[in-house]
Amino acid sequence: MPEDKNRFSPKIAAFCCFHSAYLAADSAGAMRKSYSDGVYIIRVPCAGKVEGLHILQAFEKGADGVLILACPQESCHYISGNIRAKKRVDYILRFLEEIGIEPERLKLFNLASNQAPRFVQVVNEMAERIKDLGPSPIKAGVIGR
Amino acid sequence: MIIGERKSLEEIRKMIGGYKRVLVVGCGTCVTVCLAGGEKEVATLSSALRMAAKKDGDGLEISEATIERQCDIEFIEELREKVEQVDAALSMGCGAGVQTIAETFSEIPVYPALNTRFIGRTEEQGVWTERCAACGDCILHVTGGICPIARCSKSLLNGPCGGSKDGKCEINPDVACAWQLIYDRLKALDQLDKLEEIVPVKDWSVSRDGGPRKLIREDVRL
Repeated sequence: MPEDKNRFSPKIAAFCCFHSAYLAADSAGAMRKSYSDGVYIIRVPCAGKVEGLHILQAFEKGADGVLILACPQESCHYISGNIRAKKRVDYILRFLEEIGIEPERLKLFNLASNQAPRFVQVVNEMAERIKDLGPSPIKAGVIGR
Repeated sequence: MIIGERKSLEEIRKMIGGYKRVLVVGCGTCVTVCLAGGEKEVATLSSALRMAAKKDGDGLEISEATIERQCDIEFIEELREKVEQVDAALSMGCGAGVQTIAETFSEIPVYPALNTRFIGRTEEQGVWTERCAACGDCILHVTGGICPIARCSKSLLNGPCGGSKDGKCEINPDVACAWQLIYDRLKALDQLDKLEEIVPVKDWSVSRDGGPRKLIREDVRL
């Protein structure tokens, strides 16, 4: 039986680029903006630092969803880290499909350091999406039975 | 180096279906460089296999090991302790690696996680192309360093076929005509006369024609 949507609090690993999303998350906190609990912020020097293995391990360790939050297009501090992140996410999405994890559980968004409200919106929308999907099939270990 | 590519997760899971304890073995040489079967790829595949098994409620225990070279028995021996604790091994090495592990540890089945694709080089990160067909009788000295066996779609030895157009091969406009490359290279080197030399018929007996190949050098044997 799926958990009650209102009671289920999804765990979301949010890999945040230090030059954009992490600062936006920090600003959101300073502005006292609340967002879904269960969002675990992982600061990375660049979204391009996030490798496929990191994403898979987040799911394996119990994440219901994974967010990669990168700098806006053309604004990567390291020129093309956000583009690399997008390619890696595309590759891992195919891998997730092979494993049997819904692709909606992994999303990449671009946002700037001054977009605290957008950060809140992105993580809340992700949390809602994951609530609709229910807990990760890996955690539940029920799919296919 | 030898270029490999991971098989689909579905195919790999089918191979190891039924085993409870599986050792995933990486190779630190060619397939590490072509990002197909090194330590990182072993960790990634292992994670995926564990999750897929958990999702389906299969009790699968995965252990990981990456050795320097799977085609050298001295490195394979390092696996013995781990092999004794599993029901099967999944090699992320090339075909030579898979077979060396299988020959060393006959008590467990060894399965390939990669398709061994070709001997080639890195064109740029993420792009690899074939360069050598291991024909056993190298002729690169007369073809300007460009191999017609590996790079001509028909492995022609006497110039381009009618399918060569604007320097490209008829099989695909992205594939260069090897003989156009050879001509251009020899022209640049002022060695076009090499193409007019009468050369003996190529010795294919040292290629696959003579069955599985074996090379023995008595001077280095112990």
